[in-house]
Amino acid sequence: MTNKRSGPTRRKVLQSSAALVALAGTEAITGFPAVHAAEPVTLRYLGTAVNQSTDIAKKVKEDIGITIEYVPVTTDVVAKRIITQPNSFDLVDSEYFSLPNLVPSGNLVGMDAKKIKLADEITTVLSKGVIDGKAIGNQGTAPFKVFYLEGKHSKKFSKTPTEWLTLIPTTYNADSLGIRPDLIGRPIKHWSELLNPEFKGKAGLINVPSIGIMDAAMAIESAGQIKYGDKGNQTKAEIDKTVDILTKAKKSGQFRAFWTDFNESVNLMASGEVVIQSMWSPAVTAVRSKGIKCDYVALAEGYRGWCSGFALPRTLSGKKQDAAYEFINWFLSGWAGAYLSRQGYYSAVLATTKKFLKPYEWAYWYEGKPATEDIHAPNGTLIEKVGAVRDGGSYDTRMSRIACWNSVMDENEYLITKWNQFIAA
Amino acid sequence: MLQAGPPRSGAAAPGAFVERVRKRGGARKAAPSRSTAYWQASPMAVVFFIFFVLPLVVTLVVSFWRYSEYAIIPAFTLHNYAAVFDKCVSGLPKLCTTFSTYLSTLKFCLIVWAVTLALGFTIAYFLAFHIRTLTMQLVLALVCIIPFWTSDVIRMISWIPLFGRNGLVNKALLGLGVVSQPVEWLLYSSFAVTVAFVHLLTAFMIVPILNSMLRIDKSLIEAARDGGASGWQVLRHVVIPLSKTGIAIGSIFVITMVMGDFVTIGVMGGQEIASVGKEINVETGFLQFPIAAANAVILLCVVLAIIYGLTRFIDIRKEL
Repeated sequence: MTNKRSGPTRRKVLQSSAALVALAGTEAITGFPAVHAAEPVTLRYLGTAVNQSTDIAKKVKEDIGITIEYVPVTTDVVAKRIITQPNSFDLVDSEYFSLPNLVPSGNLVGMDAKKIKLADEITTVLSKGVIDGKAIGNQGTAPFKVFYLEGKHSKKFSKTPTEWLTLIPTTYNADSLGIRPDLIGRPIKHWSELLNPEFKGKAGLINVPSIGIMDAAMAIESAGQIKYGDKGNQTKAEIDKTVDILTKAKKSGQFRAFWTDFNESVNLMASGEVVIQSMWSPAVTAVRSKGIKCDYVALAEGYRGWCSGFALPRTLSGKKQDAAYEFINWFLSGWAGAYLSRQGYYSAVLATTKKFLKPYEWAYWYEGKPATEDIHAPNGTLIEKVGAVRDGGSYDTRMSRIACWNSVMDENEYLITKWNQFIAA
Repeated sequence: MLQAGPPRSGAAAPGAFVERVRKRGGARKAAPSRSTAYWQASPMAVVFFIFFVLPLVVTLVVSFWRYSEYAIIPAFTLHNYAAVFDKCVSGLPKLCTTFSTYLSTLKFCLIVWAVTLALGFTIAYFLAFHIRTLTMQLVLALVCIIPFWTSDVIRMISWIPLFGRNGLVNKALLGLGVVSQPVEWLLYSSFAVTVAFVHLLTAFMIVPILNSMLRIDKSLIEAARDGGASGWQVLRHVVIPLSKTGIAIGSIFVITMVMGDFVTIGVMGGQEIASVGKEINVETGFLQFPIAAANAVILLCVVLAIIYGLTRFIDIRKEL
């Protein structure tokens, strides 16, 4: 699929650059800048590979004529690029939890809510931290805490709604532990199982300090060893205790391996090196699509939530800016949301997504009902057979059970030092 | 013998020439040679300056700057270095993160260096002295090098299905009844890291040592034999001293690569083993550039110190 695309793309690049040369020529001679309007726009889209699908780029080109040029990097590098090279992209797919680090740099601008047609329909899970009128867990950098800016160029978050949005949500989800039910052979109901000596040498943990410490904190709190004030914003003392417990577990051989890359977690699980570990929902899907049993369990203590979204760099203006808004509006209009929902993510505007999903798909992915037909991934892989039910149930159930959100802690620097200590131990 | 002759004289001549030019200031030759030499060297110098000296200077400067999460503040501070060596002296005898990380990396360095040296020397010796024809030498040297046309990540990862809990080695051991439980220390352990390093780096030892050995004049060996030297004595007093340059160059390759590595240690060690490279990687990931820069500067100093030590024993320039 990728190969098929690379040919036309390269040709298109050549064509458009030829057109550009021709255009520059005509402009110099005739002096009609209006010719620009006919030229197709290309947006450089910086983000993790998660939401960057060639199918989406193809559909955008068909629907609104904008060319999307993906710049796929890891989560760390997205943040690094925003800080150090804000001119190297036209649109960025970042995460809410990074915002406390990114916004003060002033390299991102507030998104004009008036230009986002469906801004008011973005789910309240993200904008208010509320579902069906009930508040959900707000530990960590919950999206609603950093949803608005005080002004377009403000470096401060607004506690009350303004017309300037930090990010326009693309995908979000509730993360949990992945397990191999065939190798464990009993139900897993609590986060504490991650540190249960029964799985000595068979547990895995994500080696991204800010996320790993939270999965660990969920496990430690579940085991009753520490009661945290805010797992997503731990005090130095809490970090110390958490890392102590982790270090003891590591020294006693609890962990088989740590992972940083999505694919590593898939391999660890699929090869049976690890039977219980921190995992992301599409990784679980990937293990299952190999025909290996893997469950994303709904645990009593709830989930760790995360959410990514679009932001614009400060330097973007004119036609490119208009194109970026047009693209974002298109993204919220349903097709992309439905596409990503089939990979197990949730979309920001549910109503439009529902329109683009078949009723049985909506029932499976969002309503937690048994599948009435086989469930396929966007690329056609069979994910679930008739009768299967999504782990953790419906959208409402899963979202309402989020206990904490991915975060950047106030003691971030200290955390990193301690985490390095833990890895070196 | 035939093949040993030409490269030696070919390589020796420019060295001798440079030596002569250096001694006499080049004045004896045509006058424009000096400025011409500078012009000819300038493209390399410019590239070297832009891509090596400049970044290094920036790294050094940034390592003394203050920082917050989202900004680097150009104000002189020693905080970053203090943070790297936090509790390193006061915490003794308990090792601090930095010391234990370096200790672990140095341990790998020593083991991998010793193993690759032994292997590399033996293989090179075999190729240089036991293979008679030049064609065969070339073919076998290529056999050693061809795997290096693939990505080293691939070569590293191919050990995983072998060493895994359900891997080939464990299946064989279980099948033979040698063990009753799968052996766990094969993968995601220091052992796995060492094996992968040796696999990845041995060629970097073979090639320079082979190069030195091919330049040894075989009549020297014949003379030693005629003088009554045993095989061991020939090796000890003729081959090894004359292969020293190759050994030194190979050692520099291996040592620098092990010291700066974080991919091999990460993948084969299951990310449970610390390395300086990984620490720097995590720090830049969280936008802590100054402390990462400080770490990088310290790493550079350590590696330079090791290489300086090495060149105290072997004068590489003299031999080239």
